[in-house]
Parts: sequence; structure tokens; C-alpha cells
Amino acid sequence: MIESLLAPWHGFVSSLPFEWARYEFMRHAMLAVLFVSPLLGALGTVVVANRMAFFSEAIGHAAFTGIALGVILGLADPLWSMIGFALLLTLAIAWVRRRGGLSSDTAIGLVMAFTVSLGIVILSRGGDFARYTNFLIGDMLAVTGNDVVWLALLALIVFALFFFFFNRLILGTLSPALARSRAAHAGRAELSFACLLAVVVTCALPWIGILVINALLILPAAAGRNLANNTAQFFGWSVAISLVAGLAGLIVSFYTSTATGATIVLAAMAIYLLTLLRRSAS
Amino acid sequence: MDLPLDHAPAHHGVAPHRCGECCTTMRGIGVRYNGKPVLENVDLHLHCGELTAVIGENGAGKTTLVKCLLGEIPHSGEVHFLDAAHRRPDSPVIGYVPQHSSFDKDAPVSVLDLFAVSLVSRPACLGVSRSVREKALNGLRRTGAEDLVDRRVGTLSGGELQRVLLGLALTPVPNILVLDEPMSGVDHSGREQFYELLSKLRREFDLAVLLVSHDLATLARFADRMVFLDHRIVCEGPPAEVLRDTRVREAFSLHSLS
Repeated sequence: MIESLLAPWHGFVSSLPFEWARYEFMRHAMLAVLFVSPLLGALGTVVVANRMAFFSEAIGHAAFTGIALGVILGLADPLWSMIGFALLLTLAIAWVRRRGGLSSDTAIGLVMAFTVSLGIVILSRGGDFARYTNFLIGDMLAVTGNDVVWLALLALIVFALFFFFFNRLILGTLSPALARSRAAHAGRAELSFACLLAVVVTCALPWIGILVINALLILPAAAGRNLANNTAQFFGWSVAISLVAGLAGLIVSFYTSTATGATIVLAAMAIYLLTLLRRSAS
Repeated sequence: MDLPLDHAPAHHGVAPHRCGECCTTMRGIGVRYNGKPVLENVDLHLHCGELTAVIGENGAGKTTLVKCLLGEIPHSGEVHFLDAAHRRPDSPVIGYVPQHSSFDKDAPVSVLDLFAVSLVSRPACLGVSRSVREKALNGLRRTGAEDLVDRRVGTLSGGELQRVLLGLALTPVPNILVLDEPMSGVDHSGREQFYELLSKLRREFDLAVLLVSHDLATLARFADRMVFLDHRIVCEGPPAEVLRDTRVREAFSLHSLS
């Protein structure tokens, strides 16, 4: 059923006169990029506007413990334990921030140090850590047809929720006091967004890699911010840049035999530097 | 500090029109923070068409009072709103102008976006509808800021941003307008213009205005009533009277008047 769903895509891409288009794993990877890139580009706008870059970094790194939990629980695929732990961590950070009176970066730093160490300690028992290095740099070419369908569904749900919360999130970013006076409940919207972000980052991790996923959230949005004068332009540029960097990085990585996630990040970085020129010119 | 107490009041002797029907009553307001009282037994009436200025030293509870009025923090005592028909609307429309220094100026957000994210739920990142643009222009026209509608918020000067935020606070026209140190960091002529505008709007829309500020000299000319707060209300009345009170003069070091 999934194969018949994807058949038109495979038919179309294999008719292209490129070497990479002949391989099924590349066609799957490209579909995944077409879904994941806009998602990261869109969420990135709020991450950058709301100064949540360190939080998303911590969520990515928490995957170490998420994987470790999956191993302890004997799960075949640690994705569910990773998502569960990422959500738990999101709530924990929100709670520490509210109760402890710690500044946000200190709270996140503490939690990140703890989860990374705990994950590494558990996974390195018996000197077996090398098995998990795949998660560090990701493997975009391991995407299956099944993954692609799940990804499309996830993208649909996340975009719907993202649009639902967007105005409240931006108003809360601009002025929390103003948001409260408009009964916009920015706090609730922020926590919902943080949970959304945790799920997306965790799902994309195995393909893009713990070490570089955060760059894909931040670079397109940071580049978009250099070009935009309003939120519609900000959003449009961020999604477009993310998409272009994703496709370019994927294809380049095929010919250079390099890790796809990191190659995409370099493409995004190049675009960011270009926007910097444009910004200083204007 | 030099206070122009003998100048004519800003409304030039003409009492502002007051319907006198709608009012906001705060009764017995108390707030404790970590066991320490921040506000104790504060009684305050805000009448429409009247500009009430709250003055006090840093940490005297001024912003806490504003938060009680906005319903942001738990407090003892009661806040009641009565509209002109003597109904008690549960959620009166409160227009709020925050301190502009608290405003994030980095985000690529236009003035129009600011109205869109405040007024409607359609995500501003998918574009802003024509009707929202009309509403924004209407609000901005009230404060002479319609030229700023497409400017990025971060590029506005303090005075411009304050006019935009005031225009937003008047969309829709509120029952009460609350301003928390709106003019900190704005130069003298900018302040004069802003308070003159505020004075005019108060009469035009018959607004009850609560203004928190350090700006004694200018407030003396524009406020109808002044309240000196130091965890409780120390004294209140016409500005000229309050500013002659020895406790106020001590707190603000108004030696030049003696």
C-alpha cells in the first residue's frame, strides 16, 4: 500500500537524468528532506524569535538518555523512549524555570549536562558506545518508505498546531505583559510549542544527527531574519532557505560521500553568510 | 527638580467631559510576596474621562497595582467594573501600554504584524488580511502613527513605538487605559507630545486612564488626580495638592519648591 502511494514519486524522480535519481534510498531521502526541511525552517522562526536555541540544543542532546532508556526497556526502536524522554525533559525545564528562579540558560545547562552524562554512562557500559555513533551524525539514506509516510503525517499535524499557536507565540515574544493584557496566555502557547519542538527534533534526529540538528533549526531562520521586514517574509524566507539547503546538501552529499545532515548544515551556513552580506549592504 | 505648578492645566480650564456613569473600583487590594506585603489595603476609583497618575518610589508597588487591575496576579480585595449602563462586565476591555524598553526589538515584526498577532488568530506568517490592515490603520490614525504601519518594530524610536502601542491599546476602544511608565527613555519634547495626545484621547473616548510614571513635572500639568503609593496609598488628590505634601516632596527630593 505504501509502495503504491509512493510509486508516482519514484516514477517521476527516476525519469530525471541524474545519477542519484536512480537509487531508491536517495528518492526516499529526498522526500524526507521535502517534509523535514520546511518543518524545521518554520519552527526555527519561533525558536530564533523566542530565543529558544539553547533549549532545542538541549532537547537534541537529551536523545542520549532517551536511547539509553530504550535499551534498558528492551525496545527494538528507541524512538518512542526518545520522544517520551524529550517531552519529560521539556516539562522539567519549564518547571525548574518557574519554581527555582534559575535563569533559563542555567536551568537548561544543568539539565543538559545531567541527561548527556547519564545517557553516555548507560550506553557506554561494557565499552559498547560505538554502536550508537550513528545517532551523532545521522543517516539520511536510511529513510524507508514507511518513515516517509509517517513523516508526512507528522508534518501535517505539526504545521496545523504551529499555525494555531503562532500569533500568541509572537505576541508573547514581543512583550509578555502585552500578551497577558490581551489574554493571549503566552505561557501555555510557549509550553505547547516547546513540546511540539521536542517531538519534531527527536523524530528528525536519527536522520540528521544529534550534533547538527540544532543548526538546521537556527540557520534558516537566522538567515531569513536578515532578509525580512515582517513575519510573513520571515516565515517564507526561512522555509525556502531550509528547503534549498536541504535539497542541495542531500545531492552534494551523494557525490561527495559525506554525512548528509552535516552537508545540509554547511549549505545552510553558506546561505546564511550570503544574507549577512546583503544585510550589511542595506 | 523644577515643577511648573502654576501653569494652566492642560485642558485649559475646560473640565473634560465625563459621563460619570462608568467607573472602576479597587477595594482593599492587598498583595504579599514571600510573606512581605507589597500592597496593603489599597482603595482606588477610576472614573471615565479622568487621568489618574500613580507615583511612588521604585519598589513601592506601582507595577503590582497595575498587575492587579489587569488580573495577572492573585490579590486580596475586590476589583469591580461598572459600565455606563451599570452592568458589571466580567471582562472589561483594558487597553494596556507596556514599557517600551521591555519590548523585543530584534524580531522581524512589522507594526501591522503587531496588530495582527494581537487582534486575530489567523497566523500572521501567512499574511495579514485587508480588514486587519484597516483596523490597524484606524488605530494608528488615532495617535498620528498611520505612516508607521509597514515599518519594522525594531526600527522605531521610543516615541514612535509608544504611539504605535497606544494606537494598539485603543483597538478596540477600551473601558480603561493603563500605561506603565510609558515614557521612560523618551526625550522631553516627545513626552510633552505624548501626554498631550493622551489628554486629547481621554476626552475624545471618555476613557478612564491609569498612568504609572516618574514624570512628576509633566504629570502635574496633565493628570486630573494623583496618587502617591508606598505599599499603601499615602495621599491622593489634585496634582498641585499631592505635590505639596511633605511626604511626597521628601520621597522625590523636591527641595527647589521650599
